[in-house]
Amino acid sequence: MSTERIRIDRRSPRPFSAIQSFAVRYGLGIALVIVWEYAARKAGSIFFPAPSEILHRAATLWLSGPPQRLFLSDSVFQDVIPSLFRLLGGWALAVLIGVPLGILIGRSRNLCDLVNPALQFLRAIPGPALIPIFIILLGTESTMRVTLIAFGSVWPILLNTIEGTRTVDPVQLDTVQAFRIPRHARLWRIVLPAALPKIFAGMRVSLALAVILMVVSELVASTSGIGYRIQNAQIMFLLTDMWCGIVLLALIGYTLNWLFLKFEGRVLGWHRGARGRTATS
Amino acid sequence: MSDLSGAADPRAGFGQARSFAGPHLLSHAATAFRVVFGIFIFFLILESVTRLELVPPIYLPRASTVVRRMVELLLDPKFLSHVGATLHAWAVGLALATLISVPIGILIGTSELAYKMTSPLIEFMRPIPSVALIPLGILLWGQGFSMKVILVAYAATWPILFNTLYGVHDVDPIAVQTARCFGLKQAAILRRISLPSAAPFIFTGIRISAAIALIVVIGAELLASSDSGIGSYILFVSSNGGQMDSVLAGAAIAGIIGALINSALGLIDRRLFGWRYLGATPS
Repeated sequence: MSTERIRIDRRSPRPFSAIQSFAVRYGLGIALVIVWEYAARKAGSIFFPAPSEILHRAATLWLSGPPQRLFLSDSVFQDVIPSLFRLLGGWALAVLIGVPLGILIGRSRNLCDLVNPALQFLRAIPGPALIPIFIILLGTESTMRVTLIAFGSVWPILLNTIEGTRTVDPVQLDTVQAFRIPRHARLWRIVLPAALPKIFAGMRVSLALAVILMVVSELVASTSGIGYRIQNAQIMFLLTDMWCGIVLLALIGYTLNWLFLKFEGRVLGWHRGARGRTATS
Repeated sequence: MSDLSGAADPRAGFGQARSFAGPHLLSHAATAFRVVFGIFIFFLILESVTRLELVPPIYLPRASTVVRRMVELLLDPKFLSHVGATLHAWAVGLALATLISVPIGILIGTSELAYKMTSPLIEFMRPIPSVALIPLGILLWGQGFSMKVILVAYAATWPILFNTLYGVHDVDPIAVQTARCFGLKQAAILRRISLPSAAPFIFTGIRISAAIALIVVIGAELLASSDSGIGSYILFVSSNGGQMDSVLAGAAIAGIIGALINSALGLIDRRLFGWRYLGATPS
């Protein structure tokens, strides 16, 4: 208790006003964008277009559609939305496979030891290296891309679920056994809640991985998607378009992470409260 | 700090916790046996699935064929030079990322103001996938060594940065207060308290980054068609008549290298920071 108070006393002597805290939070980013803008105009390098130019181009690329479609252009429907679908589809598949399998493996220590080397090996295989195989086995349609995303992003979920299931408090398990609580209740009431924080941590790492894999999968033998657009822009030497794609990916990654944190806060709110911890950010 | 969960708890390695139960030789032997047995079963499953020939073996060769090809490759000096090129870019990129992000992480982690100022920027830059920068990297630095190194450094920076930040932030406030009471200067507190207690976190970050870096090097070699490296070898064999056994052998060797690097770093982790696992109370 007292340490918590000391920490607060030391680190924020007085609360920031709204303007101050806004300046602290976003000042550096805004300053950097201004410097970038100024430097880019001054240098005139084609490799680093000014942020205003990127923004302008992004508006024409994606927000030039008719009003009845919320101004979204064709490119949004052809590239951005399919990309998002593949990304979320692959990630959902990874969750659906990783969590049950992880609980199954994590419940048995012998099974853990048996599959551990294979899992460590499979996890370390770089996803891009498997693209040739995936193309041959699954073609070049969305199935291949979704599978690649799922294959690449399943490992953090699987390993974290195993770890979370293994570290369930043995006293709780013994108690449950003593009271002869049925298996399914044991799973839903004890094992799953105890493993959930770890599972969520894995899911979040996987979400970031899935974005990467989505781009990877679209850089090869593709005809649509954000990754395809970025690569196409490189070949055509349209550097501003390329930067637009990069910024869009950053936005997507940021938004997905933010949404996931909100979701996690909802589902795991009890956990933080129970552990007496407060989120500092 | 909750949004920094990229910062993994160093105690949370899969299959690590057990090793401190005690140096029972017998249990070690049993674990080793299970590991070997597990690999054997894994191979058997792969072999029998590929022997079913649901897919023509030209497309999906048998596991034994792939293993034979792996042995051939590992004896082939030309392939070994590809491995060397990959590991070279990997090591330089990882070292660069460490040199950049550890000092920055310490700097940001020790000052609340700096932390608040930089966190939105970091949160925005981090999700930019390194592979999305490959096209830009090709245009700026070509398809060779420097492009790979810069991309690897970019991708490897984040986990190290986050873990350093987390570690420095997570220092026991009582220890810091005590040190201050005894009149230690800021620099001394950093050297005597913050750094030693953050070191295991930093090392975990490096370990996570090492795995990511290897994947990024090979991915960059493959997607940017570099002239050397495991990735460029895989691209070469897959586009030349689709020699799938060689593609899979290359990918498997990459996987083994990655697993070896990870377990080597895990071993070093336990040697250096074993004290942390012993007396550690759950935080």
